[in-house]
Amino acid sequence: MATTYRICPRSGLQFDTAAEKLMRWNAVAGVLALLLGGIMALGVILTRWPAVHLLPADQFYLALTSHGVNMLLFWIIFFEMAVLYFASSTLLHCRLATPKIAWAGFWLMAIGAVMTNVAIFQGESSVMFTSYVPMQAKPHFYLGLILFAVGALIGCFVFLGTLVVAKAEKTYEGSIPLVTFGALTAAIIAIFTIASGAVILIPTLLWSLGYIREIDTIMYRIVWWAMGHSSQQINVSAHVAVWYAVAAIVFGAKPMSEKVSRSAFFLYILFLQLASAHHLLSDPGVGSEWKVVNTSYFMYFAVLASMIHGMTVPGAIEQAQRAKGYNKGLFEWLRKAPWGNPAFSSMFLSLVGFGFLGGISGVMMGTEQLNLLIHNTIYVPGHFHATVVIGTTLAFMGLTYFLVPVLFRREVLFPGFAKLQPYLFGLSMYAVALVMMGAGTLGVSRRHWDMAFAGAGMAYEWPGAAYLMMGLTGIAGVVAIIGGGGWILQIVFSLLFGKRLDEGETRSTPIPLTLPPQTGAHAAHVGTPGTMVLALVFLVSFILYYFVNWKYLSSLWGMA
Amino acid sequence: MSAISPPAERIWWKQPIDKLEFIWIAIAFVWSLVMFVMMVYWHIAGGQNLSNETYKTTKEMFAAKTQAVVDKYTVRTGTDAEKQFPVVKPPAGSDIYLIGRLWDWWPIYELEKGKTYKLHLSAMDYMHGFSLQPQNINIQVHPNYEHVVKITPNQSGTYSIVCNEYCGIGHHTMVGRIYVK
Amino acid sequence: MADQEERVPVMQQVLDNHFLLLFLGITIPTVIYVLWGVMEVANIAVAR
Ligand code: HEM
Ligand SMILES: [Cu+2]
Ligand SMILES: [Cu+2]
Repeated sequence: MATTYRICPRSGLQFDTAAEKLMRWNAVAGVLALLLGGIMALGVILTRWPAVHLLPADQFYLALTSHGVNMLLFWIIFFEMAVLYFASSTLLHCRLATPKIAWAGFWLMAIGAVMTNVAIFQGESSVMFTSYVPMQAKPHFYLGLILFAVGALIGCFVFLGTLVVAKAEKTYEGSIPLVTFGALTAAIIAIFTIASGAVILIPTLLWSLGYIREIDTIMYRIVWWAMGHSSQQINVSAHVAVWYAVAAIVFGAKPMSEKVSRSAFFLYILFLQLASAHHLLSDPGVGSEWKVVNTSYFMYFAVLASMIHGMTVPGAIEQAQRAKGYNKGLFEWLRKAPWGNPAFSSMFLSLVGFGFLGGISGVMMGTEQLNLLIHNTIYVPGHFHATVVIGTTLAFMGLTYFLVPVLFRREVLFPGFAKLQPYLFGLSMYAVALVMMGAGTLGVSRRHWDMAFAGAGMAYEWPGAAYLMMGLTGIAGVVAIIGGGGWILQIVFSLLFGKRLDEGETRSTPIPLTLPPQTGAHAAHVGTPGTMVLALVFLVSFILYYFVNWKYLSSLWGMA
Repeated sequence: MSAISPPAERIWWKQPIDKLEFIWIAIAFVWSLVMFVMMVYWHIAGGQNLSNETYKTTKEMFAAKTQAVVDKYTVRTGTDAEKQFPVVKPPAGSDIYLIGRLWDWWPIYELEKGKTYKLHLSAMDYMHGFSLQPQNINIQVHPNYEHVVKITPNQSGTYSIVCNEYCGIGHHTMVGRIYVK
Repeated sequence: MADQEERVPVMQQVLDNHFLLLFLGITIPTVIYVLWGVMEVANIAVAR
């Protein structure tokens, strides 16, 4: 299979031409899903904003189903396919294994995504992206999801195949790069995720066609969440890999320790997926032993891993900056960081928001007993907008600023807006996540059309603060949609009308990766006191918030 | 070399770890253990643990059991605002049954503060979400499963049960009630 | 350089063995989460 290799003159990266095209198409498909999901977000947010209450109930649930499916599944997973191809073929200087099969995977995903969306917009499939039985959608809703999943599975195997090819053809020496290792972690989790999805969605499809009489609701939730939650763990692994990549690209940062960072990813591989149990902590039928072991990722080993990444990524940046001479005090390295470079600012906002908002809230609600406080309240979407939007989406947006010139060979238009965009989107999302969590702490339900309970016999009166929080959710949400929509417009315009950039040299054989000659002498060791201070601030917030919630729990009705 | 290139040293496993990095790992490890122990500790010493007692049941059987309790202990018929549901006042310590169905929680209970009851939860159609307000206790309710939760109300007042599992177009009207005297 | 002949430590070999990692990453959650969970649900007693 003859392919060619292009050396990007801007980054020095080497792209297999076939892989490059796949990356572009996957990224674009992802952005289209983000666009549709974003339009739906507007309907959702303007309905949950009590003073506006835009859509009627049926349209609200339709919009929410579409929002969840397009954002969580289609946008993220399409983009992750691009990341997998980049981390394998580009970073290993290798041809992509079986590009034809990769295209088959892409088209399956595309057809599946369209099919499920068609089912949703026909109505009668407003079952939310979780499609809990026994509420039934139309068969093509499930079929589309299955096709999408199979396509994504193919993508994961192409990624693994490329690792095999690279090893066989010796395109690199030693171990794969850390970023590729992170992508491998994501791919492994993805394979478990998608297999679980098949195990549950295929019977559900047959049930919707009338071949199976009944599906057990608890079993459904167990297996469905093996997919639903693990897919979030794909995101975590992928965006942590992207953080390392951006730190490397922007600062030339070197991991503080290969051993530590890789071991942390290894803990992800072993334990991260157990956290699917987070969704069943307030369910009957599964015992406390199962809940405690699984929800804690065995013994919080995956939290340990995330806390490690949370320190080593900024730590690597601090080391790189200090080596450049930004050595004054604790934080000169951070103050003098390129805050105007959207790839960096996105990545940093992603890291901080993911840790402080997503991480702390996630561990709190993943505690078996504390889960009773927030199960199915709007706290839950509050939490995962901090993880999947601030963590993943924002990191991917930042990476795209780098990819437009490098991969799409276009200049980014509106650089002034690009500087602001990460703050506009990121900080408003911080606000959205916080106020949703606030409302959830007061008990407000998720997936709920009317917090005033119009037409209910025994309506409950939420406290005024809950209305205030939901109003703020509305305001901050609209700002976030402007920030996200602006990003989409900017990227689409840049791809269509941005100045075409030089392609660079194209050659028929790849340049293998070689290690620099070993010098023996290690570069002077640089400490990371600033990062340590940030990490300790994080730890203190974590501990306080964690125990405040135990206090709250202890005031409730006795339960045994 | 950076994170997007292979490690520069052939053997990277033996590289020394930065001191602060190591301290952070140790702290994070200890904190992980603390959080793990907290969950176990609360099972032993805490007052709020979700019961594991669950049975398979059928809609008919659960409805019949609920009806029996309603027949036995109903003290009055609810007002119009209470949808004229039976208001049931079972003796302390007894088994009480709550049905979640499109789009009601049935019946209404009147409980005594400080007394313990065995609350049986099940759904008649879709899943529903038992969300007790303003307490903020949230439990998933499944059809065909009977979940037995011991509850001890610790404050008197009027409590609402909001459904917080999406259950169709009338989901937002599904609110029930418990009085604690 | 002496470093070149030194044996690669076991843990490094494990982390470089991508298919071993794949095996672990699938098996562990399948056993601890899915199978254990499904077994518990399958063994729930019938109400009297
Ligand atoms: C751009 C601004 C966004 C806004 C204002 C927004 C707003 C919301 C709100 C208010 C909800 C909760 C509705 C409810 O439960 O009643 C929600 C749900 C959700 N959002 Fe977003 N969102 C945005 C972007 C995103 C993105 C980028 C993602 C994923 C990458 C995402 C994923 C989800 C998911 C998975 C749900 C759950 C849907 C469900 O409960 O079925 N959102 N969103
Ligand atoms: Cu309901
Ligand atoms: Cu409901």
